[in-house]
Amino acid sequence: MRIDAKGLHFSALDRAVREAQEREIIIENCIGQRYIACGLADKSVTIEGTPGNALGAYLNGSVISVRGNVQEATGDTMNGGEIVVYGSAGDATGYAMRGGKIFIREDVGYRCGIHMKAYRENKPSIVIGGRAGSFLGEYQAGGTIVVLGDNLQGKPLIGNFCGTGMHGGEMYLRCERIPTRLPVQVKAERLVKLPEGEAAQLVREWCKKFGKDSDGYLHSTYYKLTPDSANPYKQMYTAN
Amino acid sequence: MNIYIQPEYEVVRDRDRCIGCRVCERQCANLVHSYDAEAGKMQADSALCVNCHRCVCVCPTHALKIVKSDDTYKVNGNWGNQTINEVYRQANSGGVLLSSMGNPKEYPVFWDKMLINASQVTNPPIDPLREPMETRLWLGKRTSVIERDERGKLKNKLSPQLELKVPILFSAMSYGSISYNAHESLARAAQELGTFYNTGEGGLHKDFYKYGKNTIVQVASGRFGVYKDYLDTAAAIEIKMGQGAKPGIGGHLPGEKISADVSETRMIPQGVDAISPAPHHDIYSIEDLRQLVYSLKEATDYKKPVIVKIAAVHNCAAIASGIARSGADILAIDGYRGGTGAAPTRIRDNVGIPIELALAQVDQRLREEGIRDEVSILAGGSIRSSADVIKAIALGADACYIGTAALLALGCHLCRTCHTGKCNWGIATQRPDLVKRLNPDIGYKRLVNLVTAWNHEIQEMMGGMGINSIEALRGNRLMLRGIGLTDTELSVLGIKYAGESM
Repeated sequence: MRIDAKGLHFSALDRAVREAQEREIIIENCIGQRYIACGLADKSVTIEGTPGNALGAYLNGSVISVRGNVQEATGDTMNGGEIVVYGSAGDATGYAMRGGKIFIREDVGYRCGIHMKAYRENKPSIVIGGRAGSFLGEYQAGGTIVVLGDNLQGKPLIGNFCGTGMHGGEMYLRCERIPTRLPVQVKAERLVKLPEGEAAQLVREWCKKFGKDSDGYLHSTYYKLTPDSANPYKQMYTAN
Repeated sequence: MNIYIQPEYEVVRDRDRCIGCRVCERQCANLVHSYDAEAGKMQADSALCVNCHRCVCVCPTHALKIVKSDDTYKVNGNWGNQTINEVYRQANSGGVLLSSMGNPKEYPVFWDKMLINASQVTNPPIDPLREPMETRLWLGKRTSVIERDERGKLKNKLSPQLELKVPILFSAMSYGSISYNAHESLARAAQELGTFYNTGEGGLHKDFYKYGKNTIVQVASGRFGVYKDYLDTAAAIEIKMGQGAKPGIGGHLPGEKISADVSETRMIPQGVDAISPAPHHDIYSIEDLRQLVYSLKEATDYKKPVIVKIAAVHNCAAIASGIARSGADILAIDGYRGGTGAAPTRIRDNVGIPIELALAQVDQRLREEGIRDEVSILAGGSIRSSADVIKAIALGADACYIGTAALLALGCHLCRTCHTGKCNWGIATQRPDLVKRLNPDIGYKRLVNLVTAWNHEIQEMMGGMGINSIEALRGNRLMLRGIGLTDTELSVLGIKYAGESM
């Protein structure tokens, strides 16, 4: 099913997606409509153009591909499914996501993966091809974030305050030198190549989607960030 | 070096009455009582006592009482015992002071400085036992313009509404901060009363999905337990921006309270801290709030009202104006005396403003701007009686949230040590041996009793005023008069002084 989004209000477009009988949906001429595929399960949505904020919020098991950039809060509180972006993503991508995968070909804005958490079989992951803005993985409580650092053009791989308040999950940063000014809650481990496991598998998936050769990405230096405590604020209080 | 701090309360045992049955010992999770086999008598360590009165209530011979210690530092009008002890505690530990339940300080209680009107001679009072007295109401957006088609039929489509049989709801308390049995009691009581309870931000236990029609689910900054089924099950969704007990800060449930069951409900791993950041990191403006409101509406097909809850703070009237324009259906305001399972003492006791003043100002502002019908208003943050409910509604609320009063009905004795997780009443604890002390079959009936009794009193007071529908009382400030208030207080509350005529 094809939907021409030109001139459509978000509520009309989103209703059409929600109520579509067909499971394959292609949205053409998307221009800033918000909340597309909110809470959607069991559909496949391809978007041509630029969707607005909160794309795939509370997503519960659909596949969304975007042939373009996405704006803020993509995959907010996402529970399952997959979002693939053939471009860059704005701020708060994957905020509080609990499951599913987000693959970004290029860069992400501020606060990506903030308060991500894992739960049983649900393990969220975000793979970013380029660089990430400040506050990457702030309060991270679970899941995996990978930043691959393509096309840095002299800019840093990550911004400031990466992993502040982190108390679960892991981040893999593909870079030669340890990023400066990591917060105290975070432990960094240097890896000469990405070991076999979940992160390597994610990088392979990312490469496959965007037509890259995975060998080069896997055989690079990474820094793996993990929290140094699951209870970062334990010693802070005195009963009164 | 830790400075010794004398216990604030002392356990006093009447030796003539004590039969040495040791029930106090078995019932105290703080291990205050012990049996001295050599002397053949019970002992008590007052230093461990939190004054929850569990032992006093269960002692079969009423041999126990808890008294305030008369030990005192040199009496000082500025440096009271509590103030000095807090300095010692912090110098001992280096920690932030942590407290529970609502602000206990002696600030003015404006509810107690407002009096309710009654009819005499003209517009005679109504007897609720003989005549219909409607306390049913609806929460949600109203349409300000009524449109009809050529055949006179209404064209308006009303936004989703919550129907309540009583003007009282149970306020947000998470599973984690309170027990499974406490939640079950609240859910069943809400169902029987025709009202709602609120999950707080701790998710919804799978056993309680069946109470969905009477459940408000919360979406807070940590997004714990928030997913499609959770949103779909609820009658309404509340976005928590703030809480009266701790405006401006987030929440933090320590890992040791994350049991297997709590972990499943919050959808987080066991033993890992559950941290709710102070802000929603995607909300820095009313426009951003609107985005969360609409993403929730989109995810639930516009079938459920969205509530936005804020703490009562200095600028809340302007904030409320923004919220009324954000697409939210209901605004909940939580006063600075609202309860909590844990909050930094300094914040609980010093941040925020009384609900009475905030509510009056919010209602006033929304009326002035012509947007009062855009949202219903829920008031909470220490509603202690049916009279407080009547006064809140006359000040402009549609209905009231009660939290502390509901916990008292379940047996809470306001010892204010919820943060230790050792609640002897089985309410603010996850310890199975303690949780089972609260029997939900009895708990829910006590809640039903309380709200039913309040509702009768509300009907009597309404009847006295000659008002037969609770919706006709809303914002009817002529039904209130102030006593012992300054001109400024009267003007903030928008009421006249007692004795002044219409």
